[in-house]
Amino acid sequence: MNAATLIKRLPSRIERYSPALLLAAALLIYIAIALSLGLTRFLTPEAAISILNRSIALGMTAVGQTFAILVGSIDLSVAHLISASAVVSSAIMNGDPAMMVPAVLVVLLMGALVGTLNGLMITRLEVNPLIATLGMALVIQGCLASFHGKFGGSVPDAFQFFAYGVVLGLPFSLMVLTLVVVGAWVVLRFTRFGSNVYSVGGNRDTARAAGIKTDRVVIASHILCSLCASLAGLYLASRLKSGSPWIGTEGAYDLESIAVVVIGGTILSGGKGGIWGTVAGVIIFSLIDSIFNLAGVDAFAKQVMRGIIIVAAVAFYAVRSKRIVA
Amino acid sequence: MSQQTVSSTEAPGAPRSGRLPKINPVFFVLAALLVAITLSNPNFVEPTGYMNFLKRAAPLAILAAGQIYVIVSGGFDLSVGSLITLTVVGSSMLLNNNADATWWVIPAMYAAGLAVGIVNGLVVSFLRVPSLIATLGMMITLNGAAFMWSSGSPRGYLPETFRFFGRVNIQGIPLIQFIPVALLVLLAFGSCLFWLMHRTNLGRMLHAIGDNPRAAQMSGVPLERVRITAFVVSSLSAVTAGILLGGFAGVSTDVGVGYELQAITACVIGGAQLLGGRGSVPASIAGALTLTAIFTLLNFIGLPKPVRDVVQGVILIVAVVLATYRRNRAGGT
Amino acid sequence: MSTPSPAIEMRGITKSFPGVKALKGVSFSAYPGEVHALAGENGAGKSTLMKILSGVYRLDGGAVIAGGEERLFTHPLDAIRAGIAVIYQEFSLLPERTVAQNIFLGREPTRFGLVDHAAMNREARRVLSLFGSAHRIEADTVVADLDVASQQLVEIAKAVSLDARVIVMDEPTAALNEAECEVLFGLVDTLKKRGVAIIYITHRMREITRLADRVTVLKDGETAASFDHVPEPDVIVRAMVGRDIGDFYAAPATPQEIGDVVLSVRNAGNERLTNITLDLRAGEIVGFAGLQGAGRVALAQAIFGFSPFTEGEVKLAGKPALFTSPRYAIRAGIGLLPGDRKAEGLVLMQSVTDNGMLTARALSALAGKADATPFASTDQMDGLLQDLDVRAGSFSQEIKALSGGNQQKAIVARWLALAPRLLIFIEPTRGIDVNAKAGIYHLMRDLARKGTAIMMISSDLPEVLGAADRLLVMRAGELVATFERGVSEADVMLAATGEEAVAA
Repeated sequence: MNAATLIKRLPSRIERYSPALLLAAALLIYIAIALSLGLTRFLTPEAAISILNRSIALGMTAVGQTFAILVGSIDLSVAHLISASAVVSSAIMNGDPAMMVPAVLVVLLMGALVGTLNGLMITRLEVNPLIATLGMALVIQGCLASFHGKFGGSVPDAFQFFAYGVVLGLPFSLMVLTLVVVGAWVVLRFTRFGSNVYSVGGNRDTARAAGIKTDRVVIASHILCSLCASLAGLYLASRLKSGSPWIGTEGAYDLESIAVVVIGGTILSGGKGGIWGTVAGVIIFSLIDSIFNLAGVDAFAKQVMRGIIIVAAVAFYAVRSKRIVA
Repeated sequence: MSQQTVSSTEAPGAPRSGRLPKINPVFFVLAALLVAITLSNPNFVEPTGYMNFLKRAAPLAILAAGQIYVIVSGGFDLSVGSLITLTVVGSSMLLNNNADATWWVIPAMYAAGLAVGIVNGLVVSFLRVPSLIATLGMMITLNGAAFMWSSGSPRGYLPETFRFFGRVNIQGIPLIQFIPVALLVLLAFGSCLFWLMHRTNLGRMLHAIGDNPRAAQMSGVPLERVRITAFVVSSLSAVTAGILLGGFAGVSTDVGVGYELQAITACVIGGAQLLGGRGSVPASIAGALTLTAIFTLLNFIGLPKPVRDVVQGVILIVAVVLATYRRNRAGGT
Repeated sequence: MSTPSPAIEMRGITKSFPGVKALKGVSFSAYPGEVHALAGENGAGKSTLMKILSGVYRLDGGAVIAGGEERLFTHPLDAIRAGIAVIYQEFSLLPERTVAQNIFLGREPTRFGLVDHAAMNREARRVLSLFGSAHRIEADTVVADLDVASQQLVEIAKAVSLDARVIVMDEPTAALNEAECEVLFGLVDTLKKRGVAIIYITHRMREITRLADRVTVLKDGETAASFDHVPEPDVIVRAMVGRDIGDFYAAPATPQEIGDVVLSVRNAGNERLTNITLDLRAGEIVGFAGLQGAGRVALAQAIFGFSPFTEGEVKLAGKPALFTSPRYAIRAGIGLLPGDRKAEGLVLMQSVTDNGMLTARALSALAGKADATPFASTDQMDGLLQDLDVRAGSFSQEIKALSGGNQQKAIVARWLALAPRLLIFIEPTRGIDVNAKAGIYHLMRDLARKGTAIMMISSDLPEVLGAADRLLVMRAGELVATFERGVSEADVMLAATGEEAVAA
């Protein structure tokens, strides 16, 4: 019996390392293509940093999405929240460095509000998380579209430090992302809240029976998710100098963040996974992007392949499960 | 029900007794909205008023009638909007301003739709990717394909032969003066889908796999075949909607944007149960008409177009909350 | 009992679910330092009562008194704070987390606001050491890697570590072998000495005799009997069943009624089953006994093609029958009534008729008429449902609102429409009222008389002993013993737990 269960568990042991395996594979393909095309300048440490730097916004969003998915929920409103954050921050700052702090505060507050509403809809009103966050996405999109035009503005040069600043030879934004990642890791690994996130995602009834206030855990996870998306919006505003209402949806940050989390080995039903897998997933996506660039694939074809890769990535994990999905 | 004479007085345990025709609330909502529209714009009762309304609503209604198949089976089809775009853009590329090509371009588009539906169904059934992700991936892919095909800027226009279905009104009908071809398409397509959903084994199987896939499987339901059929129906409805939209909208790469969520919202308004098990074709069509009526009303009141999204988002959530509330009150798990 | 006031007292508890009155005014108490056994059949209301005590359900009427004051538990946290710990049979452990994480679920020890993993593992090891060296469990093992018995012990450790004043144990020995049971009993004695009040739910008389100070028997949501001592086992059994066993079960098959072999399995196996050889005959009800996880359900699923055999030979009416999907098995004439009706049997939002028609429609052409399949029309189905005495306001109402017994009969109707050669019943009376149980037993017998081979799997040993003509016992994926009708409960248990070599 014991031997049998161990054998049954073996595939999941391999599964634990599959994000690392995928990462290694993507890295090898990248190096192989760069070498075969004789583009060795794409193999320097600077090139590595620029690859990482390409995925700051996706990375931040994905860290948040990891919380939402781990707790057994999902957030489809992140893309629109990113747009809203970018637009609102640039409108409030409007070129004035003095407004930087208020703008950042307002945007984070907005993120917290959206997260709270998402969480409340899911827990108190028992709306399916897909629909709740989809509805939220529509509402944000509508608000943005109605108020856009009245909003213009751009971020002051000082704020662009967020995206372009360099500290100790490393991009400032990359350091912020690292901080967010490490912070998320500490929360998930070393706090009771983090532990509760896994428990609630693993089995809500068990968590409740153990005395965990499950609603609060779900709401808090959604707040963290939305805060991360807002941060990503701030970063994009800083990088592009002004916010546009399409920033988030054009980047397909909703789907991509989910895909990255899943590639990182976090299971969609929640309760299993972690932040380092998500980091691996983000880097894999950046590498794929870089591979396309090296190989000179055109933008539209790239989009087609992205769609396919995302589905393939989810299938990679899902295909072995016996669970019926719809 | 006709041959056997089990009289309904044989209760308790007598079948088919006390089955009061429960009318779906969506029909009352729709009626109220139509009255409201008439009050704010008396011209609405003229044939040009309501016929144009129906014509405008037809693509969404067809789309909702197809989407309900996937929703009842427990999934979502988010690829329909991009399939509409692909249909319009692809037709214009294939037609290349040649009216004579219409006869083979339309079947070609249906073939593409069939392929998309089958792929969606296969990916969900056999690769076990949740339909939300699978069809979102398909959406990105198809949008990319439409851009790629037209190199980002679709050219040309669609010839009259193609636009016939979406644009033309058949004149000289007694009583109602004229009838749009789009409405006829809706009626034909809608009754087909009604029959398939509510009169055949397929319809009951769709309900079963959406209600409890495991139980359905243990009862011998061919899960994969039924699920693939649902996605195919949805995709074919998207192609049909695309052909109609090609008739009254121009050629652009964003004709289909947002239609997937509108279709889902329409189904939810029609009382469909998300994640499967309950839903009806006529109610979904009514849901689509209701959504269009709301937009029309907002338009009359003079609210700007973007407000639509907010309203739609709120309606989506409220409809789901109300359904949950009703279900909880009726008892159950 | 020297202590005057009870650690916990429940007075006149009532609780209803849609369609069922689960508890009709039950009172129950437990004093510090005593073991109060709670007995009763499946569905008698034991679990519901305990879920009210632990705050999982909210009571409709009555009062819970803990520590001398009335409490209203709206969340399990309230009960935990009041010093009540429950060892559940179901939804209990998180398979992906470690033993220590599960034991300290929701109350991890922290240092400077951060979870102190070292302290948590240390503390978990201390609690686990209570089980002695007989059963070693490492604190940092992932629960999914443990066998069923170890998982049960972790579950117990979780409750013990709470330092609760009241511990509820809901059939804690279901998955344990003899030695592990002894470990548990020793632990119960220790806890008792410490002044913990223990509510012990079981239907094994041996455990009641060994452990209990008092016994209360529930039946159909009411207190059937309450004893301040431990009476003779047959007194308890009579209170539980509440009637003579004789007419409860249908008469066994006569030798003439048992016909040809319908299903024959030779040396078959898969990853959970080894070397299965058996014959099922027309007209015979064959019972399958064994512990949780012994492979009985796996065997049913293998025959039914859900998780197929990977080796061996299977024949149905003489034809090869290694099916790879339920659909093929159903086509060939095998039906299965799943143990978890809600999860695997019913399509809850559909009508009673639709539930009955499910398989008939599934095997017909997709575009065919739903109301008139080649197997049965909806009118014939309604007639069948009436013959089976399915009680419903109308067969077009959702099946969700029907009682468990009527739901089960609707599933039976689903298979009758196909006239199967072999019908597999898994836990046929789980969650069904005592009165409706007899109906199901007689229904099974009627089917057998009409020439169907019946395979019956049940965890309720008296039920299998009463209803089956022949009894096969499974252990660890193998068939270990065959008994004829009339065997004693003790012999079957010995074979199932493997404590002694048993000759068939």
